[in-house]
Amino acid sequence: MNDLALAALDSVTGPGVSYADARAVEIRGREITTKNGRAGHVSSSESAGIGIRVLASGCWGFAATDNLSKEGIQAAGALALRIAHASAEARKDKVSLAPEDKVEATWASPCRIDPFSISVDRNLDTLLAVDREVRRQPGVSLAETCMVFERRRQVFASTLGSLIDQTRYTTGAGFSALSYKDGDIQKRSYPNSFGGQYQLKGYELVEELRLLENAPRVAEEAVALHQADQCPEGEFDLILDSSQLGLQIHESIGHPIELDRVLGSEANYAGMSFLTVEDLGRLRYGSDIVNVVCDARQQHGPGLGTFAFDDEGVPAQCSDVIRNGVFMGFMTSRETAASVGRKRSNGCMRADGWERLPLIRMTNVSLEPGAQSLEEVFDADHGIYMETNRSWSIDDKRYNFQFGCEIGWEIRHGKRVRMLKNPSYSGITTEFWNRCAAIAGPKHWTLWGVPNCGKGQPEQVMGTGHGASPARFRNVRIGSAYGA
Amino acid sequence: MERETCRRIFSQVVHAARALGVTEVEALLAGGEDALTRFANNAIHQNVSARDVDLSVRPVIDGRTARATTNRLDAEGIRNVVAEAVAITRLTAPDPDLQPLAGPAEYQPAERWFEATAQVTPRERALAVAEAIRVVEGAGQTAAGIYSTGDSFLAALNSRGLSAWHRETMARFSITAMAAGSSGWAKASACYHGDLDPVQLAAAASGKAAASQAPREIPPGRYTVILEPAAVLDLAGQMFGDFSATAIRDGRSFLNDRIGRKVFGQNIDILDDAHHPLQSGPPFDGEGVPRQPLTLVEGGVIKEIAYSRQAAAPAGVAPTGHGFPLPNELGEAPLNIVIAGGDSTVEEMVASTERGILVTRLWYIREVDPYQKVFTGMTRDGTFLVEAGRIAAGVRNFRFNQSLIEMLSNVEALSRPVRASGEESSDMVVPAMKVRDFHFTEVTRF
Repeated sequence: MNDLALAALDSVTGPGVSYADARAVEIRGREITTKNGRAGHVSSSESAGIGIRVLASGCWGFAATDNLSKEGIQAAGALALRIAHASAEARKDKVSLAPEDKVEATWASPCRIDPFSISVDRNLDTLLAVDREVRRQPGVSLAETCMVFERRRQVFASTLGSLIDQTRYTTGAGFSALSYKDGDIQKRSYPNSFGGQYQLKGYELVEELRLLENAPRVAEEAVALHQADQCPEGEFDLILDSSQLGLQIHESIGHPIELDRVLGSEANYAGMSFLTVEDLGRLRYGSDIVNVVCDARQQHGPGLGTFAFDDEGVPAQCSDVIRNGVFMGFMTSRETAASVGRKRSNGCMRADGWERLPLIRMTNVSLEPGAQSLEEVFDADHGIYMETNRSWSIDDKRYNFQFGCEIGWEIRHGKRVRMLKNPSYSGITTEFWNRCAAIAGPKHWTLWGVPNCGKGQPEQVMGTGHGASPARFRNVRIGSAYGA
Repeated sequence: MERETCRRIFSQVVHAARALGVTEVEALLAGGEDALTRFANNAIHQNVSARDVDLSVRPVIDGRTARATTNRLDAEGIRNVVAEAVAITRLTAPDPDLQPLAGPAEYQPAERWFEATAQVTPRERALAVAEAIRVVEGAGQTAAGIYSTGDSFLAALNSRGLSAWHRETMARFSITAMAAGSSGWAKASACYHGDLDPVQLAAAASGKAAASQAPREIPPGRYTVILEPAAVLDLAGQMFGDFSATAIRDGRSFLNDRIGRKVFGQNIDILDDAHHPLQSGPPFDGEGVPRQPLTLVEGGVIKEIAYSRQAAAPAGVAPTGHGFPLPNELGEAPLNIVIAGGDSTVEEMVASTERGILVTRLWYIREVDPYQKVFTGMTRDGTFLVEAGRIAAGVRNFRFNQSLIEMLSNVEALSRPVRASGEESSDMVVPAMKVRDFHFTEVTRF
């Protein structure tokens, strides 16, 4: 793969070229699902190709191909150059990049058990056992389970002289129970909705998740929700479990701090941001106890945003996003860092495959653990506790949001008093985070994986990481999704 | 990839499968080349092209099936993907509902390939983008958007003699014009790029941005809305996965206990028609079964749903040609939606509205309630207050929480249907709609 990446670089040398990089990528995947006692989707995949990015005439060009012959790579390089020169037809300023060092490195994410060493029939046995346990609960209409594995090796080479070989293993697993009864559909998922938990791990993640052990409770809750009271509408203290809070971070902190959005690059599709460059160090994003970092380093944990180098060859870093409630930093690329006068990118450029251009993507954007115990987090006179995302929506500047959860509980004086169905809450990003009143400590902190973050045109789907502990927010608007 | 090349690759698949003792095998070949020129801040900032072809192999062995996919199409790559597919199939649990491979079929061709569109150069796209930018910039605004062109093909072949092949080209142009405190948007797609008019789209987006400057904040509530076709597409498009026999069997469809019932208003008629002249996509499904036209809704009554071969057999009906490639959990869905229109126009809808909201585009639509089919989302890039039959002002964007059942029961007027393109649902043929009592629940800050 080194040779492929270097050959790709050679294909884009020439007059007017100020920079180029190439990524040779090999991806292997496997997906196993079950549905109501049967194998659902059993598949494996492999994809190999090369993406060549070139800066010529002051503009970017990018071409990618699955034809890895010498001729195929040369053709892709020539096309990347033609595209870059064509871009100059609508150019305002020449692209400049923040400086970066040459790096030669090899890195692989920790993986205790190679997921591809576990046979498909063993995977199926594990999932079908969970499926059986879910369907043991009367009233479950649909039991679904899944495991997803990926091994991705990428060799990055750039005209800086960098040559970086990285291998990342990703595993995801989870299950859900759906119940249809009398015109009401209710669902519970474990350990998270939309496929479960995803981390930068091997098969060991599946073993850690205790799927079978949690199946009866989750199935019982799915059916019990039909009898639960509708979540009330009004202003209440809101307590979120860490998985829902992870998605809240993703949507209302992670996306707004992407500097390409702030500068308008995504205006036509994903949108922009309510943040401006002038907000740095000034905007009170949250209450004093809110501290958020963007951390791609291995020591942050096995997040979907963990790596050694981003797709511009910039080393993984930890950056403050919010410190003591004050907005402190964006996620950048080399180009956007330079455009706002930063000396260096903080390393957030990633592409979802060889065929796509790197974009600024969340790494692990995490809320640091708080100082409160779980009991203190739940210590509301009258609040609503919500678990597990069901729906999520936020405006194109990341200001007004609404989330729905699978299950809620009314809290009175720190105790759960009744189950609530169809819970939802909404608000304005900065107002919401400024109402954060309590965050549970490190022992309740989980690094969640969001495997399906969409951005860019053509759209790219990226995995991101979000660490969070359960937290309480004062006087949040609840229930308007089902309001009159 | 030409049809003959697909056949040649498939013969290698069959040969490799037989060497492993497997005679029942299906292959899907899909791919093409897509190029996209992206602009923002009145300049091209991303400009890409990618080429990829995947071969996907599915054996059927003693009631078992599984799929392996590769983009390595040399002899070794083909042998390896067949070996992987056979290996994981043999380890998979049998499925008593699994049907044998489909037999050969006759296909009504869908001519959607335009050589000129396949040959559009980076410079041609850049020049078109530059011209569109000039329109927006000339109005003192900032433009962002995309111009993409590409070609794709899909082949489905199996060892029972089924051989389906389709190729098409596609072009898309989308533009957002931003003024101080307001924005406007327009988008179009077509199999022939000459059917797109980037300058006209730029002018439309720019006009909306200008007309919605200094947006007013008006309170949330129930309003009469005029939804332009892209807004109808992105919202109504959310429900068609439920017109699926498998979804109904699973209990996850809002059509459970509603088939044959009047669910929408009398003026709602919805077809699925892969051969509609404004549609795109292959005329066969993931198993190579020809797509049949469906009357999904007639006079507001739910009439027909889609059946894959796997869903059709236990139901004792004929498959409709809407199955996804096997194995999958979702079953099937209609993908070539045509919502019948009326004889109104957006201008007439505005003129007939005493007080309402004109919506250009919706954004971040997500399901709140799966059975009542309530969706939330935001308006975006051109939201206007209509008063006394005229556009009175731009307004700050709303969040809605709206049941599709209620919405499609409250349609007061429909325009002629057009091919609409949005960002939340696949392109469809839909009209603009005037809808009473649309439920806006919150207002954002811009």
